[in-house]
Order: sequence, then structure tokens, then C-alpha cells
Amino acid sequence: MSLITPLKKARGLGSAKDGTHHWWMQRVTAIALVPLTLWAAFSVASMAGESYEVVLTYFASPFNVAMFCLFLFAGFYHASLGLQVVIEDYVHNEGLKLGMLIGAKFALALTGIMSIFAVLRTAFGS
Amino acid sequence: MAEFKLPANSVVKKGKTWPAPKGATRTRNFRIYRYDPDTGSNPRWDNFEVDLDDCAPMVLDALIKIKNEVDPSLTFRRSCREGICGSCAMNIGGTNTLACIKAIEDVEGDITISPLPHMEVVKDLVPDLTHFYAQYASVQPWMQTDTVAPQDRERLQSPEDRKKLDGLYECILCASCSTSCPSYWWNGDRYLGPATLLQAYRWVIDSRDEATGDRLDNLEDPFKLYRCHTIMNCTNTCPKGLNPAQAIGSLKQMMLERR
Repeated sequence: MSLITPLKKARGLGSAKDGTHHWWMQRVTAIALVPLTLWAAFSVASMAGESYEVVLTYFASPFNVAMFCLFLFAGFYHASLGLQVVIEDYVHNEGLKLGMLIGAKFALALTGIMSIFAVLRTAFGS
Repeated sequence: MAEFKLPANSVVKKGKTWPAPKGATRTRNFRIYRYDPDTGSNPRWDNFEVDLDDCAPMVLDALIKIKNEVDPSLTFRRSCREGICGSCAMNIGGTNTLACIKAIEDVEGDITISPLPHMEVVKDLVPDLTHFYAQYASVQPWMQTDTVAPQDRERLQSPEDRKKLDGLYECILCASCSTSCPSYWWNGDRYLGPATLLQAYRWVIDSRDEATGDRLDNLEDPFKLYRCHTIMNCTNTCPKGLNPAQAIGSLKQMMLERR
């Protein structure tokens, strides 16, 4: 039998005054990814089986490089926001939750930066 | 982690069967969840065969008939029997609803009745709603103003502003929506749930209330509000035909508007 009142439990630690930015960014990146994913998929498909020189020509265009980087940034950012929600929903051990959140964000930042760097390196032709 | 399996003492066992009275021609089988914490035994499914020719049309009528004539230990909440008090909310045929306004003939096959999902059970069909009510209290569901009330009349509201409360004021806090929400199952300790958020919105958009900003401040939280993932179980199950998901969506929109 707990001596803490139900109202104190319901109020908890109060409002974190946060969450709107996360929610809005998830929506914005989701909408942005519709055209970006279509564009990226179409670009990659059109270069299927072509030589590396064709890819270099493709990435010589600043527009193509920017669009591809935007696609990667939006994709990894969206994945990071989404994975955070999944972990917060289902993992209830505070220590494990914190570890998983940091691990997931680190893994996505690492792969995201690597992907964008690979595109830039191709664009600069090295 | 979220629990996907019942703990050993919550596994529901097979229970007793109470056959219909002799000579009954039109019978339906009611499969009812039974749990008595005083006995220390597991919950069980009891079967009650009810003669529909000797029973009024609603599920609650059958429950009252069973309690009066078959097993007086069957425990459930009920009061108004006309869908306005919210006491008899329970899971009937897999959907949370009010037993008093759910017709027996609208349920196919055996009529399975269990308490509202994922709440602690006090006895049989009675869930513990203490935390649910405390969450409702935490959004301060009353008018808050700094302006002194007019001396000689009520606070006025235009017909257009009054219209904004339609679809919200009808909520009877039966808890059907909140207990149908997976997000509320997994994080009900912190997530306020659809019923409380609909009620919070009812005060946020009341033209007479002056605490709008404070109310939004208190809701702006990754868990209190943003555990809603638009699953829509709340709107699908509401026995009063209300739309808590839309109210929550409007709250999120207002959070964005004030940034």
C-alpha cells in the first residue's frame, strides 16, 4: 500500500516543456522524404550497371549532390527520431533506455556522416 | 520492457459452466472473466447460458439477470443503464464499450466479457481506475479565469464558441478509449491517455477559460501528450461516438501555433 497520493503520481515530475520540436521534425522529414526518396531511387536506378565515370558525371552537378545529401540527412534524422520513440515506448528500465538511446543515435550519426562523406568524396572526384 | 505475456498468476483458467434453464429455446452463451483476489486463485472464464426469451435486450440486462438469478457473486459496476454515467464500461466481444447500450444481438457467437484491458482488476469486471481519475484531476478540469465574473449574469459565450465544445462535452469518462490505447497500456503511468487529453482540450478551447497557455504548458511533454501515435483505437471504440484522436491532433497543432 503506497502512501503517495494518486494525484502526486499522476503529476509525476511535471511537464518537460518539450516534445513539440521532436514531433514536428518527424512530420517535416516524413513529408520531405516522399519526393527525396522517389528522386534518389530514380537516380540510382537510372545509373544501374553504368560505369564509375557515369556516376562521377552525375555527382559533378551541384544540384544532384545537394539533393542526395538532403535525402541522406532527412533519412537518417527521421530514423533517429523514430527509433527514439520506439525505445521510449517499449524500454522501461531507465539505465537500459538511456544506453539504447545513446547507442542508436551514435550508430545513426556514424552511418549518416559516413554516407554523406562518401557522396561528397565522389563529388569532389577523389 | 513492455509486457507481452501474462504473469503466471494472471493466466486465465477454465471456469464453471452454468447451463440454461430447461425448456429454453433461444439461448446465448456469455463467457465472463472472473477474478476474486480474496481466494488467491487465478482468474477464470465462466460460461453462463442465458435464455434470451426471458432477458431484456442489452448486455447489461444479461449481466444483471445472471447476478440476480444465477451467481450473485458476479461483480461489475453499473448505474444509469442508459449510457450517461460510464460505470459499466467493459470489454465486450473484444471491444471496449458500455454494457448498457450494447445490444446482445449486435455481438456474434459467444459473448466474451472481460474488464477494461491492461488495468489492475479489483474483482471480476471491476478495474482500478484510481490513476485514470487522478490523471483527469491533474489537468484541472474546471474554469480558470483572472477576470472577475459578471455580477448579474453568467459568463457569456457566443454560439460559435459554444459549438467548439460539441463532441467534447459529451465525454462521460468511462475510460473505454484510454484502456484501448496501446500507448496507454505501455506508458499509462506518464502518458495521460485519450480521455484525459480530450478533456484537457475541452478546457483549452473554451472561450471563457483564461488559463489556455498554462494548460498547454502542462501538456507539452514527450510522455504526457506526445506518446499519442495516432493509433486511433480511442476513436474506434468510443461508445459515445466521440473523436479523442482529433482532439489530441488539435492540441498538437496548437503547440505548433504558439511556437
